[in-house]
Amino acid sequence: MSLAIASGRHLQALLGSLGRLVRSPLATLLTLLVIALALSLPTALRLFVSNAQAATGNFADAIDLSVFLKTDVPLVKAQQLAQAAQRRQDVGSVLLIPADKGLEDFRTYSGFGDALVALKENPLPHVLHVRPRAETSSTAALQALRSYFTAWPEVELVQVDSEWVMRFNAILEVLRRLLLIAAVLLGVGVLAVVGNTIRLEISARRAEIEVTKLVGGSNAFVRRPFLYTGVLYGLGGALLAWGIIAITVAVLGEPVATLARLYGSRYLLRGPSATDIGFLLGAGVMLGWLGAWISAARHLRSIEPRA
Amino acid sequence: MIVFDRVSKRYPNGRDALSNVSFSIHTGEMVFLTGRSGAGKSTVLKLIALLERPTRGAVMVAGRNTQTLKARHVAAFRRHIGVVFQDHKLLADRPVYDNVALPLAVAATPLKEIDRRVRAALDQVGLLGKEGVLPLELSVGEQQRVGIARAVVSKPPLLIADEPTGNLDPDLSLEVMRLFRRFQDVGVTVVIASHDHMLVHEFAQRVIVLENGQVQGDAGDPLPSVLAYR
Repeated sequence: MSLAIASGRHLQALLGSLGRLVRSPLATLLTLLVIALALSLPTALRLFVSNAQAATGNFADAIDLSVFLKTDVPLVKAQQLAQAAQRRQDVGSVLLIPADKGLEDFRTYSGFGDALVALKENPLPHVLHVRPRAETSSTAALQALRSYFTAWPEVELVQVDSEWVMRFNAILEVLRRLLLIAAVLLGVGVLAVVGNTIRLEISARRAEIEVTKLVGGSNAFVRRPFLYTGVLYGLGGALLAWGIIAITVAVLGEPVATLARLYGSRYLLRGPSATDIGFLLGAGVMLGWLGAWISAARHLRSIEPRA
Repeated sequence: MIVFDRVSKRYPNGRDALSNVSFSIHTGEMVFLTGRSGAGKSTVLKLIALLERPTRGAVMVAGRNTQTLKARHVAAFRRHIGVVFQDHKLLADRPVYDNVALPLAVAATPLKEIDRRVRAALDQVGLLGKEGVLPLELSVGEQQRVGIARAVVSKPPLLIADEPTGNLDPDLSLEVMRLFRRFQDVGVTVVIASHDHMLVHEFAQRVIVLENGQVQGDAGDPLPSVLAYR
């Protein structure tokens, strides 16, 4: 069989399968929808994880120290301390947050604005946000920096912000595992849906299969249109899932931007990357093909022509 | 072309369809299998087309032992045999053209070649011009001829037919039989199961009579059954 003939046969089988799907639009759409939901769920979760990572990326990698000064330290003294800290070799940047600014931020973002009016004086201290240089952010270097600040008499407390970063990374890791489990389970679901749909189609076309085998159609020949049907289901479901994800991202974009603004960030929700989409479509095609293959292998063999 | 060597066939329900049947059919012969319903005619044809396998004994078709043929070679084996059924087994939802083209399509024949051969086969059975018609829009006789066109479109060396005139009136039956005769004339081996004595009488050069799963008579066997093959 020449390549041209072989590809012609495949094209024919593909068009035949496509035609059959189009001729029963409602049944096809329902199947596609189930596959799309099963595919969009893990994709959405993956998007959530990558967004969470990207949104927090600015500080997830860097480990900051918050140096809380005693409340009676005046602002001028705080500024001097900030300058002194800035001169150290292992310090990248120092940001002084004066107590007034801290209170203002707290009033704006915490939702306790009204309650704060009742306070006679500002209970917040001045705070130095110290970011170590990237090359000195090892645990030992961090510890040295911490002792340095703790030794100052004006300092009340030094908090290393690495703990919540580690917690956050641990949460992300849990989410990633969940994503993996969901992807596997829902993938099996797609296999089952495609497999069952193909099984029904095989039994509906039993007479045709028998006659085809009778005139010498091989198992591969009989199987081919069903495999294409499976691939089309998978691809169609994946495209639909892409649509669902795109709509979700569009709908969530505005509230996420607002949320980010409340946290003082200009983060915008990211849609699926080209890799994400490629992965989604590839998974759809693979699962559709595999589901159809398993079903066809199981059910076609049992159909033998009877005279 | 075909050798049955002490073939027995018992169906799963325990019925013995054939017991110890031996005969041989040569290339280019036209042979009738006759006998009452249930005598085993259909079973003989099923064994030839590998729709069934013998319980005992050996069935050789075109030099191949059907008993030892591997499952993956069955499809290619069947492409060498044209089969005509009493109920013709056409696909009702496909036009005549697609039905006739099916044996060529499964053999990966180029489209141009398919087109040429389908037209030639339809011409032979007198149905040229009916390519786009659905089988159910045709008369019973025409449907049977579509079935014959499908059986011969890939020019198989062996043509088997199970009661091909069972549903036809005498005139149509004669027509169909003349068709089979024409295929024999170009070298095709033809085996027909029929209980239509008139036709058998008129067309047969050789008649194998089956009764209760056994060969009762073999008029015109040029060789004394199996002995020549062993």
